[in-house]
Formats: sequence, C-alpha cells, structure tokens
Amino acid sequence: MFTRFFFLLRAYGVPVTVTEWLALMRALAFGLALNDLQRFYSLARSVLVKSEAYYDQYDQAFLAAFEGIETPAVIAAEVWEWLQDPLGFPGLSDEERRRLVEELGEVDLDELRRLFEERLAEQTEAHHGGSRWIGVGGTSAFGHDGVHPGGIRVGGQGRSRTAVKVAAERRYRGYRTDVEVGTRQFELALRRLRQLSSRNEGLADELDLDETIEQTAENAGRLSLAWRKSRRNAVKVLLLMDVGGSMDPYARLCSSLFTATNRSSHFKDLRFYYFHNCVYDWLYADPGLARRTAVATNHVLHELPSDYKLIMVGDAAMATGELLSRYGIIWWGEANEEPGIEWLRRLRRHFDHSVWLNTIPADEWDRAYGAATIRIVREVFPMFELTVDGLTAAVRKLMVRY
Amino acid sequence: MSSAAGVPAPATSAPRVPVYAGTRDYIAAPELMQTVNVAVQLGRPLLIKGEPGTGKTMLAQSIAEGLGLRLIAWSVKSTTKAQDGLYVYDTVQRLYDGQFGEGDVGDIKRYIKLGKLGEAFTSAERVVLLIDEIDKADLEFPNDLLWELDRMEFHIPETHETVVAVHRPIVLITSNAEKELPDAFLRRCVFHFIDFPDEAMMERIVRVHVPDLERRLLDLAVEAFYWVRSIPGLQKKPSTSELIDWVQALVGGGVDPQEVRRRLPFMGVLLKKDHDVELATAALGRRR
Repeated sequence: MFTRFFFLLRAYGVPVTVTEWLALMRALAFGLALNDLQRFYSLARSVLVKSEAYYDQYDQAFLAAFEGIETPAVIAAEVWEWLQDPLGFPGLSDEERRRLVEELGEVDLDELRRLFEERLAEQTEAHHGGSRWIGVGGTSAFGHDGVHPGGIRVGGQGRSRTAVKVAAERRYRGYRTDVEVGTRQFELALRRLRQLSSRNEGLADELDLDETIEQTAENAGRLSLAWRKSRRNAVKVLLLMDVGGSMDPYARLCSSLFTATNRSSHFKDLRFYYFHNCVYDWLYADPGLARRTAVATNHVLHELPSDYKLIMVGDAAMATGELLSRYGIIWWGEANEEPGIEWLRRLRRHFDHSVWLNTIPADEWDRAYGAATIRIVREVFPMFELTVDGLTAAVRKLMVRY
Repeated sequence: MSSAAGVPAPATSAPRVPVYAGTRDYIAAPELMQTVNVAVQLGRPLLIKGEPGTGKTMLAQSIAEGLGLRLIAWSVKSTTKAQDGLYVYDTVQRLYDGQFGEGDVGDIKRYIKLGKLGEAFTSAERVVLLIDEIDKADLEFPNDLLWELDRMEFHIPETHETVVAVHRPIVLITSNAEKELPDAFLRRCVFHFIDFPDEAMMERIVRVHVPDLERRLLDLAVEAFYWVRSIPGLQKKPSTSELIDWVQALVGGGVDPQEVRRRLPFMGVLLKKDHDVELATAALGRRR
C-alpha cells in the first residue's frame, strides 16, 4: 500500500524523490503519527509535498491509496517491513537506488528499529499522558479499534472529519498552478545571459585592495583607501513575441517564458513587443495588439542600438503569402508595402545577436503545418525550440562574440 | 535482528525533543503544530508559505516562546547575500587599525563579524533561527545556504576556522512565493502552507485587535470581506490587516451595520487598486 502511495503520488504529478520518502519513513519510525490517519495525512504531506500547488494532486493520490482503510495499524506493519529491508523498495530507477543507498549511509537503521519497537510497545501499554507524540490525541489504534469506529478519528479540536474525507474535499484545487511549471528553469537558463560591464559605470562601492596597497605605499605608508565600481550585467534584451491564432495553444508556454524574462532583474534593459504571425511596419506593446499601443518597427530599430540581444518567439508557421508577398498581412488593421521577410531580415541585420525560439518542437519543423515558412525563417534566424534545453542553447548563441 | 547483542536498552534513550503546542497569543492550527514538531524532530528546516497576513513571521516568535528558546531573526532583502548570514570580514577596519596602531591587527578573528547564521551556530543554547522572506533575495541565495543548513557548519578561510553548530538550531523559513525555490533546497525542507483563515478563525483574530466590537457589525464585516475576496479577477485580494483597518474605519465612522452589506463603505481601505475598486463596484451593482 505504501509503495503504491509513492507511485500514485508520482502518477498524479507530485514530484516526490527518495530523499523525501526516506524522511517520511524516519518520521514514522520515530513514532510520529502512527496511530492516526489524520496525522499521517498531514505528516506525509509536510514531508513529501513542497508546494501548495501540488496539494490537490496529493489529496487525489491519498484518496486513491487509502480509501477504505479501516485502521492505520497497517501503516505500522508497513513501516516495520520497510525497516527490515529499506532497499527492497520496488520500482526505483538505478539512479534513485544509488541515491537511496547514499542517503541510508547517514541513517542508523538499528537505532531506528529499536526506537520503533519502543514506540510500538508504548502503544500497547497504558498511555503516559501528553509527553509523547503517540497517544496525545488519546486514541490507540493498536488493538483498540472498537473505541472509535473506523479507527481514523481526527485528533483534537472535536472535528469529526476523517483524513480520507478531508482529502476527498479537494480543498486545494484552486492552488494548482501548472502554468508556473517551467518558469524557474527558464529563469535559470536566462541567467547565463550575462555580460559584465566595464568598471566605469555606477557607484564606487567595492574596496580595491591592490590599488589601496599601491596608493598607501606612494603615500609613505599612510593608509589611503581606493574604491572601485562593482561590475554589473550589461546585457540588454529585446523580446518580440508572436501572439494569437496558431500561437494560442502555446499561450501557457509563452507566459512561462515571459514571466521568467520579466523576473530576470539582472538585465540592464528589457523591452517587449508583440506581433501577429510576422513582423511588418508595426509592433505592439500590448499582447491584445491594441492599435493605441502600436509602435513603428522602424522607430524601434532606430531607438535601440545594435547591442540589444534580439529574441524572437513564435511558431513561424503561416501562409507563404504572409511572409513573402506585399500586402500579405492578414491583420485587417494594416497594409504592408514590403513583404514580412524583408522586415525579418532588417531585424536580423540591425542586431548583432539574435535568435528565434520556436514553440513547435524541433523534430516537427519539417512536417508541421507551416513547414515551408519555418524553413525560410530558419535561413534568416538561428532557430531553437522553446524548451529549457533550446533556450539554453539559444542563450549560448546570443553570447557568442564575433 | 537483535539489538546490540542482548544489552538492555536504557529506558529513556529516545531523543528528548521538546514539543511545541502553540502559545496564548498565537493560535496555531493542529496541523501546523504537528508540522512544527515533525521539523524539529527530523532536524530539517521548516518552510512556511502563505498569503500575507496569515502570521508566518509571528509563528517563529510563538515557537521560540513556546519552547523557551531565543529567537534570531534574519530578514532577507533583495540585496542580501548568503555570505552575509555566515560572516563578514571587515578589511577596512583592519586597515585603519593597522594605520593608527589600535588593537591587535595580527588577530584576524577580531575583524570577522558573524552573521545571523553564524550567531545561531555559535550560541551556547539552542535557538530558533528565522530566515524571513527568503524569496526576496537573489535566485541563487537558497542554494548557497543549502550546504550550511544541511551540515550545520561553515568554514572561514581567513582564520582557518570551521564554525560548527553547538546545538542544531530550529530553522524556520518563510516565503511569499514571489519566486520558486530550487528543488535541491525543497527536498531538504519540511513544508507547510498556511491556509487563509476561515470565517470563524478570522472573527477571533479581529476580536484580538478590535476588542469592543458589536457582534452584528463584526459578522457583517467579515461576511462582506469574504465576499469581496471571492470576486473573480481581483489584482490584490484584501488580507487580514486590511480587514482590521476596515473594521476600525467602520467603527470610527459610526457606520450603520445595514450599510455594510449594501454599499461597502470605505471600500478604499480594503481595495488599493482602481481596477479592483471598479470590479467590486460592478459586482455590488449586480448583487443589488
């Protein structure tokens, strides 16, 4: 049942690892929450789940694993079994098994077994009052199931819900934020986009030890402190994002990237604009492409020097006419005198470093809808798929010196 | 399996671990109390998350008070570095002292100032260490502290000294989830998410702050408060402290309890953004 719970958690998408599993086993062997399924519910959650975003999945897995459990005595039996053979835990990958062995090196199993036996023995004796975890709630599940029907009474406070019922309520449904998954990894990838400034901007706030010694020596031994300006990141970024139409399925992915970029406070400057399918005469400051937020593409090219790193985000999938023809734009508000491809080339020429992040996975570029235009755009921009690995590779490309 | 070859185990060999049971001015939910004790017993840092106004920081004070330990609080800011928590080497002071011949410059130890973490490690008694709002700092900050928190020791290269915790401090970390924390860090923590208080709990909290309050006004205000929070699309939901301010405004303004429901007087105390006020006004219109 326990191992089933572990794999159910994973199946529901809770990222549990053997490190956490071991912590749970230790806590149980210490005698925390042995006789009370409600306690077990919150103990296991506090050790295994590290974000309220997964509480809902945890509830579902708990329900699936423990529904119909009459008495938590089975928990004790399973902890005992585990203590006899901690590595006999089935279904682990080699990597996980290796890690488990490593972590077990820091745990005194004999001590744990002895402690656990002690706790179990205490269970069957009369209660000692509130000095120990077990028995604090006044319930003893070992041989006394008749005292509280179901054997899984909630401890204290007179609440009468059982753990399984609590789990079934799924109170944490609203906290699921699957949207956020990936943001941190994107953020980490973007951190490599870093180029330290020369020491001639900003505040002098760092002690320059070499210079201090030099000056002090020149000063005939009288101390003269020298300060220098600390180096800061000088990278400036321009992000252009395709929105609407074929991009809608990727809205979540793009919003992760957007959040990550926006949070990356280490850029010296960061500009965002939006476009639909292809860049023409106008860019938009608003993802709804509202007219009043339009900025001439030429203006952006004029305003931003070539050392801005350009990141284009889009699927590059469109009708060939949209890319290659005059007046090919499908956006009703505009008419383009020049084909979109010219604008793309102009952007590419203007900026020293630019990449295109494609929301379509790389292995589908040849056969996806829009394969023809993807091929043409790839001739203009170095293209990477919008995954953590793709972004990492793209960042590397952006940092190359010519 | 036989334990230690027939030697009888001493009767009280189980680790003596203090049990936290809440304090008078801080009413912790049973689940939270249990989680605190799990973290203490496992010797793992306890990570607390929750909306502003759910009493994350106050929990640390309550744990310290409840267990009779000293509290060392380290408030993290956006410029805080992990190193600041360990120690700071005051080079400039040492150079000045060298210049003016004050003190023993040869003794580098005098210029090593321990940070909050160092203070907690070297304390003669066990302490509660609060690392408040860890997510405020740089992305790498939690990872930089991982080793120190795990091993409970750090090395000072300047003096070739290793600071090892005399007593493993009880570590409490709070986060507002502005940034996600790294997985390696999370694996080592015990986690608890403090739910937003329910209506009954909230009435108790408001009573602590505004003691002489008409029952009916309190009921209506709390009801209206949860109704406002339930309006979809709010940019910033009002929190406990805003409710307390609002109740005080209602009392001070001598508002007729009937009006509370009907037109949300002093709405600006609850909602700080124009967008939210517009939403609430529209929702109020639909309700009438």
